[in-house]
Amino acid sequence: MLLRHTPKEVKERSALTINPAKTCQPIGAMYASLGIHGCLPHSHGSQGCCAYHRSTLTRHYKEPVMAATSSFTEGSSVFGGQANLVQAIDNIFTVYQPEVIAVHTTCLSETIGDDIPQIARKAEADGKIPRGKYVIHANTPSYVGSHVTGFANMTKAMVDYFAASTGKKEDRINIIPGYVEPADMEEIKRMAGRLGIQTILFPDTSNVLNRPQTGKFEMYPRGGVTVDALMGTGDSKATVALGPMASGPAARALDTKCKVPCEILDLPIGLSATDRFVDALRKLGGVHVPDSINLERGQLLDIITDMHQYFYGKKVALVGDPDQLVSLVEFLVSIDMMPVYVVTGTPGKKFESRIRELTREVPHEVKVRAEGDMFLLHQWIKNEPVDLMMGNTYLKYISRDEDIPFVRFGFPILDRIGHAYFPTVGYRGGMRLLEKILDALLDRQDRDAPEERFELVM
Amino acid sequence: MRKIAIYGKGGIGKSTTTQNTVAGLAEMGRKVMVVGCDPKADSTRLLLGGLSQNTVLDTLRAEGEDVELDDIRKIGFAGTICVESGGPEPGVGCAGRGIITSINLLEQLGAYAESESLDYVFYDVLGDVVCGGFAMPIREGKAQEIYIVVSGEMMAMYAANNICKGIVKFAEAGGVRLGGIICNSRNVDNEQEMIEAFAKKLGTQMIHFVPRENMVQRAEINRKTVISFDPAHAQADEYRTLAKKVEDNTMHVIPKPMHTDELEKLLIEYGLAG
Repeated sequence: MLLRHTPKEVKERSALTINPAKTCQPIGAMYASLGIHGCLPHSHGSQGCCAYHRSTLTRHYKEPVMAATSSFTEGSSVFGGQANLVQAIDNIFTVYQPEVIAVHTTCLSETIGDDIPQIARKAEADGKIPRGKYVIHANTPSYVGSHVTGFANMTKAMVDYFAASTGKKEDRINIIPGYVEPADMEEIKRMAGRLGIQTILFPDTSNVLNRPQTGKFEMYPRGGVTVDALMGTGDSKATVALGPMASGPAARALDTKCKVPCEILDLPIGLSATDRFVDALRKLGGVHVPDSINLERGQLLDIITDMHQYFYGKKVALVGDPDQLVSLVEFLVSIDMMPVYVVTGTPGKKFESRIRELTREVPHEVKVRAEGDMFLLHQWIKNEPVDLMMGNTYLKYISRDEDIPFVRFGFPILDRIGHAYFPTVGYRGGMRLLEKILDALLDRQDRDAPEERFELVM
Repeated sequence: MRKIAIYGKGGIGKSTTTQNTVAGLAEMGRKVMVVGCDPKADSTRLLLGGLSQNTVLDTLRAEGEDVELDDIRKIGFAGTICVESGGPEPGVGCAGRGIITSINLLEQLGAYAESESLDYVFYDVLGDVVCGGFAMPIREGKAQEIYIVVSGEMMAMYAANNICKGIVKFAEAGGVRLGGIICNSRNVDNEQEMIEAFAKKLGTQMIHFVPRENMVQRAEINRKTVISFDPAHAQADEYRTLAKKVEDNTMHVIPKPMHTDELEKLLIEYGLAG
């Protein structure tokens, strides 16, 4: 009972978070940066920040995550980090030779007010940035927003720094996949490919953070969106942004900067959200949905109908990031499950109203909280238990204490594999999610069934 | 050892008043250290006869952690020990953090140790207490006694009142107390009476009224305190008196800062409107 001190009674807290349901902005920024081909993320702050962010990504992906740091000392905190960053840029281009250095700030450099574009201009004036190489940046103070904000900021930076319009529109569509797994990005590309649509997907961490073992170390893996492609986003005829929080800012920036109209959709998790994604691509691309996609959709629908009795009326507690939760809640409601507790650590009032709207028809009280924490979720569960929990690895403590089936979903997953290789987006991702949910529910039913009701066929 | 911090609105004459008072104390045979907490590093110019270039933070930046006390201390008028904390150039870095770093470093290096047998440490802090760094000199275990330099001008009194708010916060947690208000006259009408009333409202005293005198500028241009430039001048005696009053002062209070309305009423009453 590791969480035995969690009291049942819920009290209003004004200044205390216990077991947060979010993490630092730079983690999201670092993850997004890795989705640029040949990019070395750079953390402008003290070493500890960079070490933590790298190790969290490494633990989640089981892949080495490379990133550099400005290694602030007491002196840099007082005099500013210019000298460190200029030196770092010089060292990085000389020793590690990336195409792009993507600088994100930290709480410390934000608070002392370091001006990254000015420092980058200084580095350029000093000849530290080789021709054809780039330094981009995003401001990512962790006392604002969450890792999702950091991802959104760095993705927007890709537009701010690279997108350009030549005046000639190309017959292709930009897709901003949102803060999803490499496998999800791959799946989104595959689906667009099946529809016969030319796309530029950015950022793109597939083949970066789900690499095969080749026995050879590559500093910069083959994956990632190239700088040329990023520049080309300004000439695409439209942008589809998946996840308003993670992808919205970049999509709107591209619209403003290069007049590329955007459609901001929910993440394509579950049947309806995937339908909307496919339909948006179909209309924008002027194509027909091929049978192969319809087949996948039919398979997902088949699982839903075949196994409906096991989903029906099950109470679910969810923790995760807003974009994921919105789509997941819609999906669970659509298969007659009851997402009764929904918590994100990421701030944003809109989230709560959106979840309320999606759960209006759920025949049960639904508790939802933005800027909440897992302690609160645990208290809710102590007052009325649920049949299933879905969320990141940190939920395992509650799952164990309260003996509740648990499906790992979201970020970070530190104790299981699969998320980097198998998608949860698209129709096939939906099938995988249902498989996981059913495994958890039916395993529990088998475990607890009395002998006379232990079923062979389910 | 008494640790004293001098605060007040920017440009009010904190550094000038501090150094002249310190000169008075030194003349009385007291051993005094002055710690300038202004990134411009001009708090000890009059005692040293020019700008001291080796600030604590510059030295820290150049030498790393291997700073020696003698690298950053200079001996000025009548044996006063002068230290400049220094800081970043305007517009970059964090001057507040600089003060924290430099005071911590001075403590580590033993600048306040018994063996130094100091009678006084003066902290000369720039402007308002805008952030935690600028409050460092009055945090627990640092200065216990504060003097605010003020004039009869409205904004100077606003600033002084604001500084009192900061003192209250630290007084409750630690032991810092307000020792008094020093009026550095600007020849405003009714100035002395007004500042006396102002001090009384704050629950403290006007410890001394320093009259306006061109000799101060003349000494300053010559990089000297009045006491060393023209020891026989009447203004030198004013600073000697102030030094004596500080030495004898026993009135240490937690101030009672005013509401803005109250402060404005006081200003009107004492003739700004008349």
